[in-house]
Amino acid sequence: MGIRDLLFLGVVLGGAGVLGAGLLRSTKTPVNMSSSKVTPARDAEFDTLVNQINTAMRRKNAELDLKPAPVADELTVMRRLALALMGSIPSLEEIRRFESRPTGQRVEAWLDDLFRDRRTADYLAERFARACVGTEDGPFLLFRRRRFTTWLSDAFMENRRYDAIVRDMIADEGLWTDHPATNFVSVTFDNDRGLPDPDRLGARVARAFLGVRLDCAQCHDHPFQPWKQEDFRGLAAFFGGVHANLRGIHDGAGDYAPPDRKTNEPVKVRQRAPFLPELLPNVGTPRQQLAAWVVDPRNANFSLATANRVWALMFGKPLSEPVDDLPVNGDLHPVLPLLASDFATHGYNLRRLIRAIAATDAFRSDSAADPAIGDLAAKYDDGWAAFPMTRLRPEQVAGAVYQSASLTTLGAQSSWIVRLGVSTGRNEFVRRYGDTGEDEFNTRGGTIPQRLLLMNGDLVGSKTKNELFNTSSLLAQLSSSDAKAVEVAYLTVLTRRPTPVEAEHFAKKLAGKVGDARKEQMSDLHWTLLNATEFSWNH
Amino acid sequence: MRFDQTPLLDRRSFLATAALSWLTPLGHLLADDAERTKGPARSIIHLWLEGGPSQLETFDPHPNEKIAGGTKAIDTAARGVNLGEGFEALAQQMGSISLVRSLVSKEGDHERGTYLMRTGYRPDPTVEHPSIGAICCHELPMGGTDIPRHISILTGRWPARGGYLGGEFDAFQVGDARGKLADVTAAVPPPRDLARVNDLDVVENAFGRGRRERVEMTLHRQTINRARVMMSSAQLKAFDVSSEPASVLAAYGHTPFGRGCLAARRLIEVGVRCVEVTLSGWDSHVNNHQIHKERIKELDPAFAALIHDLKQRKLLDHTIVLCGGEFGRTPKINLTGGRDHWPNGFSMALAGGGLRPGIAIGETDPKGIAGPPKPIPVENIHATVLTALGLNPAKENIAPVTGRPLKLSAGKPIRELVG
Repeated sequence: MGIRDLLFLGVVLGGAGVLGAGLLRSTKTPVNMSSSKVTPARDAEFDTLVNQINTAMRRKNAELDLKPAPVADELTVMRRLALALMGSIPSLEEIRRFESRPTGQRVEAWLDDLFRDRRTADYLAERFARACVGTEDGPFLLFRRRRFTTWLSDAFMENRRYDAIVRDMIADEGLWTDHPATNFVSVTFDNDRGLPDPDRLGARVARAFLGVRLDCAQCHDHPFQPWKQEDFRGLAAFFGGVHANLRGIHDGAGDYAPPDRKTNEPVKVRQRAPFLPELLPNVGTPRQQLAAWVVDPRNANFSLATANRVWALMFGKPLSEPVDDLPVNGDLHPVLPLLASDFATHGYNLRRLIRAIAATDAFRSDSAADPAIGDLAAKYDDGWAAFPMTRLRPEQVAGAVYQSASLTTLGAQSSWIVRLGVSTGRNEFVRRYGDTGEDEFNTRGGTIPQRLLLMNGDLVGSKTKNELFNTSSLLAQLSSSDAKAVEVAYLTVLTRRPTPVEAEHFAKKLAGKVGDARKEQMSDLHWTLLNATEFSWNH
Repeated sequence: MRFDQTPLLDRRSFLATAALSWLTPLGHLLADDAERTKGPARSIIHLWLEGGPSQLETFDPHPNEKIAGGTKAIDTAARGVNLGEGFEALAQQMGSISLVRSLVSKEGDHERGTYLMRTGYRPDPTVEHPSIGAICCHELPMGGTDIPRHISILTGRWPARGGYLGGEFDAFQVGDARGKLADVTAAVPPPRDLARVNDLDVVENAFGRGRRERVEMTLHRQTINRARVMMSSAQLKAFDVSSEPASVLAAYGHTPFGRGCLAARRLIEVGVRCVEVTLSGWDSHVNNHQIHKERIKELDPAFAALIHDLKQRKLLDHTIVLCGGEFGRTPKINLTGGRDHWPNGFSMALAGGGLRPGIAIGETDPKGIAGPPKPIPVENIHATVLTALGLNPAKENIAPVTGRPLKLSAGKPIRELVG
């Protein structure tokens, strides 16, 4: 090794040491409040809303004979929010800042941090994009997924009204590159017909924005479904005149003429709203009319569907399943209309909606019973008396593995999720872990390849081995005591402190070990924490 | 039955298998022998030609027609069934293989066509259908395997999925079948590896407080245990063909695809239900003839050796071999000497599993204009394969969440093959 290398190593190690030591000491660091502070969305109405939700939930839980679980501790809530909103876990740096704030204000302040963070906008954009344009690669050249998600991310970053975002998707004209919302239309481009596909567009609008699986009625009427084929076709007809050419997506002449059910002859279908036809304006292009009808505050389906989707993003499980098929016969979960009406009357403010959900007793409840009382039975999965346990998505697991290996925050304010491609499956880990595709909220068990990947895969191997900046190496060298090293490892990987039994078990293993043996022991601990149920499941 | 309960059922069947594992090797042999001599097919090997091969250069040549663009045909062991030139080895095996030449679909996009070919259903945003390999694993008994029963070798862009049956039915993805498999070897020496796993109990105990039943429902630890059984299983050797005699390796061809086909046979032998081996690179929008010539050089020896080998080992009657891609290619040759996507009359080869061999079903227009006179929709392939597996295609499973009943296949069995 040359002198230059040694010098470099010295500088790097010194830097890491200073940085690591600062974090390990857990001093109260001053909070860096940036100027782009998000105005608090809380007001009297907000508190009333949360109270109403809690009351409705208590009543529902009593009906199901479920006793509310205790309140979860603040670090658990912090981890849930990080996973839901930025697809990763908090760094030690962030945990230290969180704990430097007064109890009771920490979660609110953490939400402020998250909303300011580009990682949140990027991650939410990826999640919404799945609902809006699916996960297909889409037609070559005509569909630019990256443009679309960047556009969505920018909109979330500035907290743009959600109705305006959706209006653009349904009705915008122009090129998919400089009018990225038009990718909503161009992704359905059918090469054979040389046009965007009205059937797929109609189905997408119904499911993504109205929470209605109208496409079940695409081929024929279903005896137990309220929707008829003409409802579906009437909606698809709004896209009958949309064209795609070198100038992009634009509206022009053309009819929607699907084959007749009996004769198989093409039959022209008129544009028609499947319900509330009186809300349909008679000015604008057909797509503008449809967009106005979809986002009209009197069209409750739009806000109900959005509230259900955001709830699902927060909990890993929608209030009403499946996420894009709201019950039609009044069996709606009582909490959904409360959230939806607040969303519609407060400017379709997604952040306010997220804050409201995060403030509910349901979100703040533990996923376990008080151990002194007993155990939460499996039936608790049917209600919201305890926080649901759901399998984390591949990119959340990947994000958490990456973050757990670093004491400082990875990619804060930058698009590291995008760069690593963890949200879109370009990432090797995500591909091998198995993306769940559009089936976003599948809570069933994990797979053998996932366990093999977490136990023996390259990513986990490289993130737990004795390497310069890896958490385990830094902790082995810099911690003031065995107990401290174990505690910080737990905080970094599981966002909690060890129980006395855990602390004692692992501290004993570290006792007396120095040098490489110590680093190996810390690496083993990191591996064990990564492979625990607790790491791969939201809780 | 609701499928969101499958983890429990799965655990039960796992335990059942574990309980039977004391069976003597002799018992195994007898059981294997009994299975070998009668009963329906029990495995599938799918040679997946990703990109959409041209029917005209492979299984449906029209020599001397304008649409052939000069491609010649060769006679085969099956009377009246010809193949494109380059399939000299396969030609000798055609007495065991049949061709369907009149497949049609409405999906001319790679991803959507792949979905249809895998599942027998068109893409549907409200439900993800399981691929035929996943159905096969779900519907047929476990067999005594420590390794996954649904395997994809040289996985292409869109791996076969378990769909609504669950992620545990996804294809297990592996690369070139020589040398060690990825992720099945611990990164640290055995004593440390064991200590790491044992320490899990400490963390799991802490996490289980107040939620033990919920944690059990995740099956996390059981899945880890099964993964560790796999890590130490002798059956892992089936993935590695390097112990095969040089003559066998040579017959399959010294290519990743050839080795994949050989590994597929070895995997079937240890009880794997479905192996898909991908040969990609068929998307010949430019320079179609040259591309096909190169691909066929890899496909011909591997496909032929596989059929020959399965026959020799008396495995062919119980193994269905499929070979095809997501669609065919246009009869018209474009300005760059390529052929474009063509779902309106393309081919697939089927062999084994008691399917009638040595025939060609359906025909396409020698002028390349009209569609096939007797079109066969893609889903009929699925119904045919399921029937050969002893399953009823019309059997319905209930999709989770929606509770929607879905047939294993919406197609009808091709009578010429299973009638």
